[in-house]
Amino acid sequence: MIDTLEDILQQAKRQLAAAKTPQQLDQIRIRYLGKKGILTEQMKALGKLPPDLRPATGQAVNEAKDLLIAALETRTGILQKSQLKERLKSEKLDVTLPGRGQSPGGLHPVTLTLRRISKLFQSVGFKVIEGPEIEDDYHNFEALNIPAHHPARAMHDTFYFDEHLLLRTHTSPVQVRVMENTPPPLRVIAPGRVYRCDSDLTHTPMFHQVEGFLVDEDVSFAALKGILYQFLTLFFEKDVQVRFRPSYFPFTEPSAEVDIGCVMCDGKGCRVCGHTGWLEVLGCGMIHPKVFEFVAIDAEKYTGFAFGMGVERLSMLRYGINDLRLFFENDLKFLEQFN
Amino acid sequence: MRFSEAWLRENVNPPVSTQTLVEQLTMAGLEVDAVEPAAGYFDSVVVGEVLEVVPHPHADRLKLCKVRIGEAPCLQIVCGAPNVVPGMRAPTALPGAILPGDVRIGRAELRGVASAGMLCSAKELGLDSSADGLMSLPEDAPVGADIRQYLQLNDSILTLDLTPNRADCLSIRGIAREVAVLNKLDWKPRPSSESAIRHEDSVPVHVSESEACPRYLGRLLTALTQAADTPLWIRERLRRSGIRSLGPIVDVTNYVLLELGQPLHAFDAAKLTGGLQVRLATSGERIVLLNDQTVALDEDVLVIADAAKPLAIAGIMGGKDSAVSEATTDIFLECAFFAPAAIAGKARRYGLATESSHRFERGIDPELQHNAIERATELLVAITGGQPGPISEVCHRTALPAPKPIVLRKTRIEKILGLALAESFLLDTLRRLGMDVVRRGDGDWQVTPPAFRFDLAIEVDLIEELARVYGYQRLPQEQPILRPRLLAESEAVVDIERVKDLLSGRGYREAITYSFVDASVQNKIEPHVQPITLKNPISSDLAVMRTSLWCGLLQAALRNQNRQQTRVRLFEVGLVFSQRGNEVKQEKRIAGIALGSLYEEQWGVKTRAVDFYDAKSDIEALLALKGNKQGFAFAPAQHPALHPGQAAEVLNSDGECIATFGMLHPRLEEDLGVEARVFLFEVKHDLFKSRTLPSFQSLSKFPQVRRDLAVVVDAEVPVASLIDCVHGRCGSIVRQVKVFDVYQGEGIDAGRKSVGLGVILQDHAKTLTDEIVDACIADIVQRLAITFNAKLRE
Repeated sequence: MIDTLEDILQQAKRQLAAAKTPQQLDQIRIRYLGKKGILTEQMKALGKLPPDLRPATGQAVNEAKDLLIAALETRTGILQKSQLKERLKSEKLDVTLPGRGQSPGGLHPVTLTLRRISKLFQSVGFKVIEGPEIEDDYHNFEALNIPAHHPARAMHDTFYFDEHLLLRTHTSPVQVRVMENTPPPLRVIAPGRVYRCDSDLTHTPMFHQVEGFLVDEDVSFAALKGILYQFLTLFFEKDVQVRFRPSYFPFTEPSAEVDIGCVMCDGKGCRVCGHTGWLEVLGCGMIHPKVFEFVAIDAEKYTGFAFGMGVERLSMLRYGINDLRLFFENDLKFLEQFN
Repeated sequence: MRFSEAWLRENVNPPVSTQTLVEQLTMAGLEVDAVEPAAGYFDSVVVGEVLEVVPHPHADRLKLCKVRIGEAPCLQIVCGAPNVVPGMRAPTALPGAILPGDVRIGRAELRGVASAGMLCSAKELGLDSSADGLMSLPEDAPVGADIRQYLQLNDSILTLDLTPNRADCLSIRGIAREVAVLNKLDWKPRPSSESAIRHEDSVPVHVSESEACPRYLGRLLTALTQAADTPLWIRERLRRSGIRSLGPIVDVTNYVLLELGQPLHAFDAAKLTGGLQVRLATSGERIVLLNDQTVALDEDVLVIADAAKPLAIAGIMGGKDSAVSEATTDIFLECAFFAPAAIAGKARRYGLATESSHRFERGIDPELQHNAIERATELLVAITGGQPGPISEVCHRTALPAPKPIVLRKTRIEKILGLALAESFLLDTLRRLGMDVVRRGDGDWQVTPPAFRFDLAIEVDLIEELARVYGYQRLPQEQPILRPRLLAESEAVVDIERVKDLLSGRGYREAITYSFVDASVQNKIEPHVQPITLKNPISSDLAVMRTSLWCGLLQAALRNQNRQQTRVRLFEVGLVFSQRGNEVKQEKRIAGIALGSLYEEQWGVKTRAVDFYDAKSDIEALLALKGNKQGFAFAPAQHPALHPGQAAEVLNSDGECIATFGMLHPRLEEDLGVEARVFLFEVKHDLFKSRTLPSFQSLSKFPQVRRDLAVVVDAEVPVASLIDCVHGRCGSIVRQVKVFDVYQGEGIDAGRKSVGLGVILQDHAKTLTDEIVDACIADIVQRLAITFNAKLRE
């Protein structure tokens, strides 16, 4: 009996060693340990033995069972490991192949630039407000101290619908619209499309501006200089040279144009800056008392500044774009460069 | 305003370089746009005197000239100019000379005859754009003198880009005043001499519009001889200001205009009928202008007329009939002050922007007319030998602009500039600028600007003057003190930037197209909407305001298609415009276009073209931003631009259409020349103004069960109604219904379709037993059968 057990065990171990798959291992398990398995039968046969032999034989059968189970587990482990190895080997990929699925789109450079401008001013509490693009003469001109026949109107080549309705030529009318309805203090930026009846290499009939203004009890030209200097250095992430130059806008007094040292050539003079070393980037000034008068704000109590900048211009300088017209051709080869 | 630096320096000569002068002007608000040399580079050109001219032995058109060039031996020069005559003096390029354009002049043989050097035309020296012969120099030009020295060509031409408020700087005198202020130089305008009166004749002038013409001076000059050329120095100054020489009379009026800023007009006195009137045009009057344009005059236009007809549009342009010509011997010289309000807008109306109208509409010095007419007389007498008569003046003093005193407060200067200016600086600056300053009290002055500064009317105008002269760059710069305030941030509004990011994440690129579009394309897309039309479009294909963003997107897609792009995905955010009665509607929308393959070409997966349901998933993604999935319904739609079977609209809970999408109508596909199926969507921005706030629902701890059903229904039955029906059954345990298959074809009767629905069930209170699930599914199947004649697929 003992010898037989030993034989059985040896035979089972040989079969285990030969097994290559979990199924074969399972068959071996059933063959020896199943309900009608060889070792199970041995256990059942115990009853036929004389009582004094039963304990020893029972122990021997149990030991054999344990040994077989242990061998099965070992063999299973080995098989699993080699199978995993096989799988890993077979599933190896070329990770340099391109990925699949939807490819990303992107935002227009004007949007990227507008977001950047807005974010900088929003960080100190400027609120973004939009206005209508079809404007009336009153908000676009009259209330900005540009009466009919004012020579400044000649500088705005205006698209008209009729005598009173036009496409806004600048974002400044938003200034009037906000001040009409909201008492100071005010901190607003107004981005948007503007239109001028002009089209050539450096002009498109539509472009974007951002108007900004601040009205409070103690706002001076010095504060205007301070905030625009900060804005320009932060926008370009560079300590740019900033120059304020007297200019003229009917709705500000004093008025200034702001030049920065050319960001392309660092002020040395190049094609972009017309070899002057300077780039005109915005217009600004202290809000004209006439404008305050139109919106019934007390100009003795309140002062304010306003500024306006061309978004495409800033975008061109920031990203090195050399042709304004590209902005509105929507060529994918252009758009794909901005994400 | 374009002028010679040397001319300016003759009036005021600060000890600074050209570069510094330019910088000073620019930084004082008179922006210098360009600085150019008065002449291109050339050298070794001298004044030559032509001694002899003989025909060339071998060429009909050429001549042999003997030219004296000073001490050096005379040159023999072959010359083809038609105007070469013995005795004339002309610029002569010596052998070895370099002319503009790097032309080198040497000794040569022309048709067998030696020629050394060249006699030059103004064009060859870069002094004119054309020439019909040699440049003729005055008889007293010193032979042998360097031409650059003689003509003062080592000069710069400055171009000022003047803002409309600084009309006072539209003259050498005005700029000189400004330069004197900036350099703290003592400066006074040069007084004019008074010409001796040679006769007593005059032309009577009647001014009926004294508000429009407060001052009108006239003078009759007789016995002019126009034989002599305008002196070279005047012609050179005019040239450097970009004005062509047109004979002595016109040259003098132009010269005085540049020198003093006063436009003058000369009428040929022989062509006047009776006295002159300054009056408004009457209905039906016409005039042929100097530029040959015939203008029908409106009744608000000021004219100078004689007894017969209008002779000139006041302050803008003279008429052809009374214009001076080479034959003119007597002129009536007009020197007036026309009020800016009378001139403004009229030149533009007739498309006649002239040097004169430019100045009058901005305002000229109302005290300048005597000075200017005397200056012009002085020059005309010297050049033409004309005989001046007395000056006649019609003046309505009360109508002349009278500067009003302005109160200037120290406190206000400080408030605006953030800086206290020294009183000495203030007084000095304002007085140099021509203002009268009277101290009123402590830190309080009464300032009266000069009459020629139309731009100075209120206190802040004076503050700008002070800031400008002080230097904007020197003014303080500080951080404004901002009162902190948190800005309201409504969570019910979806930021448009979030929408843009979403679309860009779904493979769309943002486009920006013009808000005005081609009316014919617009009409193809939305023929039922009347677009708003521009009165003055820049071109016919940009003539109406868009009523849909699809116009621009389609054209952008076409443009890309024409550049070999077969896959286009673009979106745009912008306004569309429409008109209802008198009310203009401007509404923000978000639109997209997709054509070509759904994905970029990729390996291992078969690409397929984008389709209706891809576009729908983009719409669904946009709607998901709203946070309320149940609030919408998709319904078939009819849209002229869309395929009738593949067009849908999204309705909100009020039944309003908030989005439209679908396939471009095949007819338009062909019309526009698109080579692929195009899918379009357009969503109203209002949609994103009312987001539903997330509202948490507790999670079930019990397992969910999924049962799949395949039901066969009529092909016309919308799947959405099947889903709605399933959702309505079995209390609240139906959590989700998924469509896993839609099939028509073999095995399914014609006109029927099989729809695979995955029903996900879950209870909040207990584990669902098989009995409950089976009962629920049986109920669903029965309901589907009753409502839709649905049969379980075998």
